[in-house]
Amino acid sequence: MTDPGASVADVVIVGAGVVGTAIARTLARYRLDCVLADAACDVGTGTSKANTAILHTGFDAKPGTLESRLLSQGSALLREYAAATGIPVEYTGALLVAWTEEQFAALPGLEENARRNGYLAVRRIGASELYAREPALGPGALGALEIPDEAIICPWTTPLAFATEAVGAGVRLLLGTCVTGVCLVDGCYELMTTRGVVRGRWVVNAAGLGSDVIDRMFGGDGFTIRPRRGELIVFDKLARPLLRSILLPVPTARSKGVLVAPTVYGNVLLGPTAEDVPDRSDTATTAAGLESLMAAGRRILPGLADEEVTATYAGLRAATEHADYQIRVDGTRRYACAAGIRSTGLSASLGIAEHVVGLLGEAGLPLRPVASAVPLPRMPYIGDAGRRPYQDAELIARDAAYGEIVCHCERVTRGEVRDALASPVPPADLGGLRRRTRAMNGRCQGFFCAATVSRLFSASGLP
Amino acid sequence: MNVDVLVVGAGPAGLSAAAELRRLGVGSVLVAEREAVAGGIPRHSFHTGYGLRDLHRVMTGPAYARALASAAVAAGAEVRLGTTVTCCAPGASGGFGVTMTSARGTETVDAEVVLLATGCRERPRPARLVPGDRPAGVMTTGELQQRVYLGDERLPGRALVVGAEHVSFSAAVTLAHAGARVVALVTEYERQQSYAAFRVGAALRWRVPVWTSTAVRRVDGRERLAGVEVADLLGGSTRFVPCDTLVFTADWIPDHELARHAGLDLDPGTRGPAVDTLLRTSAAGVFAAGNLVHAAETADIAALSGRHAARQIAAALAGPGAAAGPKRRLPVLTEPPLRWISPNAVAMTADGPAPPPLGRFVLRSAEFRQVARLEVRQDGQVLGRSGPVRLIPGRPVHLGAGWLARVDPAGGPVHVEP
Repeated sequence: MTDPGASVADVVIVGAGVVGTAIARTLARYRLDCVLADAACDVGTGTSKANTAILHTGFDAKPGTLESRLLSQGSALLREYAAATGIPVEYTGALLVAWTEEQFAALPGLEENARRNGYLAVRRIGASELYAREPALGPGALGALEIPDEAIICPWTTPLAFATEAVGAGVRLLLGTCVTGVCLVDGCYELMTTRGVVRGRWVVNAAGLGSDVIDRMFGGDGFTIRPRRGELIVFDKLARPLLRSILLPVPTARSKGVLVAPTVYGNVLLGPTAEDVPDRSDTATTAAGLESLMAAGRRILPGLADEEVTATYAGLRAATEHADYQIRVDGTRRYACAAGIRSTGLSASLGIAEHVVGLLGEAGLPLRPVASAVPLPRMPYIGDAGRRPYQDAELIARDAAYGEIVCHCERVTRGEVRDALASPVPPADLGGLRRRTRAMNGRCQGFFCAATVSRLFSASGLP
Repeated sequence: MNVDVLVVGAGPAGLSAAAELRRLGVGSVLVAEREAVAGGIPRHSFHTGYGLRDLHRVMTGPAYARALASAAVAAGAEVRLGTTVTCCAPGASGGFGVTMTSARGTETVDAEVVLLATGCRERPRPARLVPGDRPAGVMTTGELQQRVYLGDERLPGRALVVGAEHVSFSAAVTLAHAGARVVALVTEYERQQSYAAFRVGAALRWRVPVWTSTAVRRVDGRERLAGVEVADLLGGSTRFVPCDTLVFTADWIPDHELARHAGLDLDPGTRGPAVDTLLRTSAAGVFAAGNLVHAAETADIAALSGRHAARQIAAALAGPGAAAGPKRRLPVLTEPPLRWISPNAVAMTADGPAPPPLGRFVLRSAEFRQVARLEVRQDGQVLGRSGPVRLIPGRPVHLGAGWLARVDPAGGPVHVEP
């Protein structure tokens, strides 16, 4: 796209996180000309890339809320979608572990809450069964609530799959395009952006941490984003045998607690902290945050103390002053807003998208299905539970590049790096390449491979 | 495919072991190396000083890497490059089944003996839990050397080096070569830990100050590195130091993934596989050598460790089922401030206690101690005392093996303390 404003789109979606890309791929099933714009140079770079990577069932949502409904629907849709497109998911189940009498006493209420959310598979288990299932658990656990359908998912492949599908269906993806203002000219919105004017009849605000700023451009003042930072620690893959399930904390009045979970890349994740921060881009980790996580980790899973830390990071949840999602569609103004999706956006994304598109249709956006839908994309598999290219003799026989491991810790091959660089939504920087391949994400953090991988990236000629 | 010995890693230890194994008449020796070029860390370490103790001449890292690789091939070992060992598990017929991936495909090799020589790496910034932003421009010495010497990258601007060991000064030299102005080397210790000659040379030539009792508290910069906050550990004050490159040096950890997947016992001090003086691990038929068992010694010491392992392996293969034979070993333990000793057990053989590589044990200390004598005890009895040694964190301390003759084979663990 050299001139984003060349034509008038039917819908401009602002924000290419997991929610914006989900809305884009859902709208792409209709005969609409859509633009998907994001200020960042890649899809899924805000809250979508730095979270706990859990595919929730919604068992602990507040019953009767929009979040509860969309989480339940979205989670089911994403499970199907992930299976069809190759997004890494592992059905590990979760155990909500009670460590104090107060937490133990809260379990029946949480069980009842899950049932009211329509999730019936919850089960309370005693300490002996808990320790039989998680022998590395620290001493002192009193019991747990089992949520067998909680799962772990790749948070990077998910928005990338949505964006890949959308782009394949004709959606114009405008990255590095920050919306700075809007005006209405002849019944058409003109979005001023850092890359020129983008014109559209309808605008969908899925701008995450910037959604209140966009909302005010359209006359809204119903919510303000209050970023809540969560710091997380990723442990070495050698720690992975320490646990089977996601170990969730029991939320109490005092604290939401810290979880320990496997990741689909075969690591162990510990976090998050929860701290309100004024700066919407402050994803720095802190000494106090990391210390508190390490202390919690030693209590929950003492074996973690003997393992190496592979990575630390922090993400910002796009919280607002409201408990529930802030989703509304105004047909008169041809404007939709999907905001306030704090920490359940990944799991609920497809539910949110269906809901928003439904409301858009009711508000007057003509939804005429395309004659033949574009097939779902098949995403490169970067999980650890299934077969990776380096393990696939037939694949290597067809293309030797899949036998050339360039990132040793994560066993990423030159073939996978090459494919990512040539993909429909290519990486714009090394961070983007990491999220598409896992290269340089391993325990050595580039000691062995960063120079080589950087050269492959530079040689590709991408910006 | 079947081989007598499979060596994992073509660094100084693996290549030297392979050459020695062939010289000693071992039939088939296969070296699997995951990189495209053999030689290990010296491939991208361009300063001189390599080869002193093993080849008895001095050369640059790349020249040394080439010399070792040529020697292994000339001796008749097969060195397979671009070949990653992904799994190592006991095989059906008593040896080991080793799974490998390369451009040729996946392959399983059955080996009588496996020698792990997978080396070590520096702990990167996340493993050191240094908080702050995560910008580009933060790296380890390994990455720095590959970028500069193998990739011809320039690194203009200001650079800060974390650590003040030998390798830290080497990183400073590499940075200067790449066009960076090295602001300082920072260390939490009260003094630097490198060799005087090297330090003075670097200080004079590159004018690099060492900030002692100083810690990096925070990394700053969203996309590119802007600088770091450093704290004066004595005065308690903090200040911001602008820089464009930040290099985390030393703080070595063995690359022990395969050792752990194979279920080998780890030594809690070295974090590498526990090895006795014959460099046998806890699993019959699996040996370990080089910086996997002492991270990190100089390349020539790693090479000699590899040769030592080769001699034991050749002897084991020559004897009837010796590789899988009974293992009698006495653990050797250290007391603080000593962090570790390698090898960490005495192998008891028919001829008595077996000596370690180079006839000495190597140790590390967590603290400076100007003059100390190391005492070796077993069951309360003093087996031996070293002469005065200076304990310096990150620097090797050696302990002779004369006391081995006085070890009681039926006694308890041996303790080494200052």
